[in-house]
Amino acid sequence: MLSSNIKGVANGFPLLIEVEKVVEKQVDFNEDFLRNLFVKIEWKALVEASRTIGYTELPENAESSMLDSDEFLRKFHHALVELHLEEGALVCPESGRKFPVNKGIPNMLLHEDEV
Amino acid sequence: MKLKQLEGLLGSLDQFENPKIELEQYPTGPHIASRLLYTAENSFGDVEDKVVADFGCGCGTLGLAAALLGAEHVIGLDIDTESLEIASSNADDLDLVMDFVRCDIRNLKWRDRIVDTVVMNPPFGTRRKGADMDFLFVALKVASQAVYSLHKTTTRDHVKRTALRDYNAVSAEVLCELRFDVPQLYKFHKKKEVDVAVDLWRNDSDDDHEDDHDEEKSKVGEGAKDEDEDEGADMEELKKE
Ligand SMILES: C[S@@+](CC[C@H](N)C(=O)[O-])C[C@H]1O[C@@H](n2cnc3c(N)ncnc32)[C@H](O)[C@@H]1O
Repeated sequence: MLSSNIKGVANGFPLLIEVEKVVEKQVDFNEDFLRNLFVKIEWKALVEASRTIGYTELPENAESSMLDSDEFLRKFHHALVELHLEEGALVCPESGRKFPVNKGIPNMLLHEDEV
Repeated sequence: MKLKQLEGLLGSLDQFENPKIELEQYPTGPHIASRLLYTAENSFGDVEDKVVADFGCGCGTLGLAAALLGAEHVIGLDIDTESLEIASSNADDLDLVMDFVRCDIRNLKWRDRIVDTVVMNPPFGTRRKGADMDFLFVALKVASQAVYSLHKTTTRDHVKRTALRDYNAVSAEVLCELRFDVPQLYKFHKKKEVDVAVDLWRNDSDDDHEDDHDEEKSKVGEGAKDEDEDEGADMEELKKE
């Protein structure tokens, strides 16, 4: 979900997710990377995003001490880097504007009047 | 991974099928792409275990080179769907994970500095003046660490001045001068290939974010030292080719 998390804030606000298809990719586990990212991402947004796509294992709240737990790290890793939104949309909660996702590539292009 | 090996793998990638003239779609050749990423990693440690963004990724050569050199996460951004799909299948062919977003770089507004390093071969601005500088402006806002970019050698002074004075770069250095073969994609090109002199730049980004501020600063210090020591070696390498 890292992508949606990043893309979600691409326009300055967290986006909601509409799911048509999710794919799982196996990615090597890197603890340092997760620790590093933990301080940079919005945990709540990740929990929300993961839930929408059907992954409910992440705890509601997280603090850095939890990074010492292997179990926590693995769940974080799975949600963050192994789950991908393949088809669906990212939706702006305020305007309802949809950014379609096809073949795993979200289209964040704005219309002229939105720039 | 050896430089030659990297260059070889990049040479196997699919490139633009119907290059769009107005978007300045010419591929970053394997020669330049491999050297850009190799220098970023071996002289500055800006790739391995980092989050790397490839601005105007086209068919993905630079971003995939970063992934091959051990980047932890790579995001490719381009305005053109066709290129992004080719890039995505290039990633699959190499068994690499790379993320893609279709967007206009000029409108990118990332809140957090999740990205460490930006690598890019921006449109040189032959179609729309200043297109490369628009990319650089946004790249310096997004990257917490460094921006590697190619610009025409004829614009060297302008790039330096603008990066330092207007874009808040901590430093802006030309690492080397390269020849860029812009293939004859377009009818108005008379010769088969147009050989353009381009500079490879490294811009140190001003990470004004609160988190790991001190750490980031000390890294910047180290990077600056490396530069003096290793630049000679890189240039040697390039001359031999
Ligand atoms: C010189 S090519 C870079 C090629 C790429 N590095 C490669 O390895 O093939 C410039 C790229 O920038 C993209 N581009 C041009 N204007 C853009 C914009 N405003 N936003 C995002 N991408 C843009 C083009 O579609 C093109 O793929």
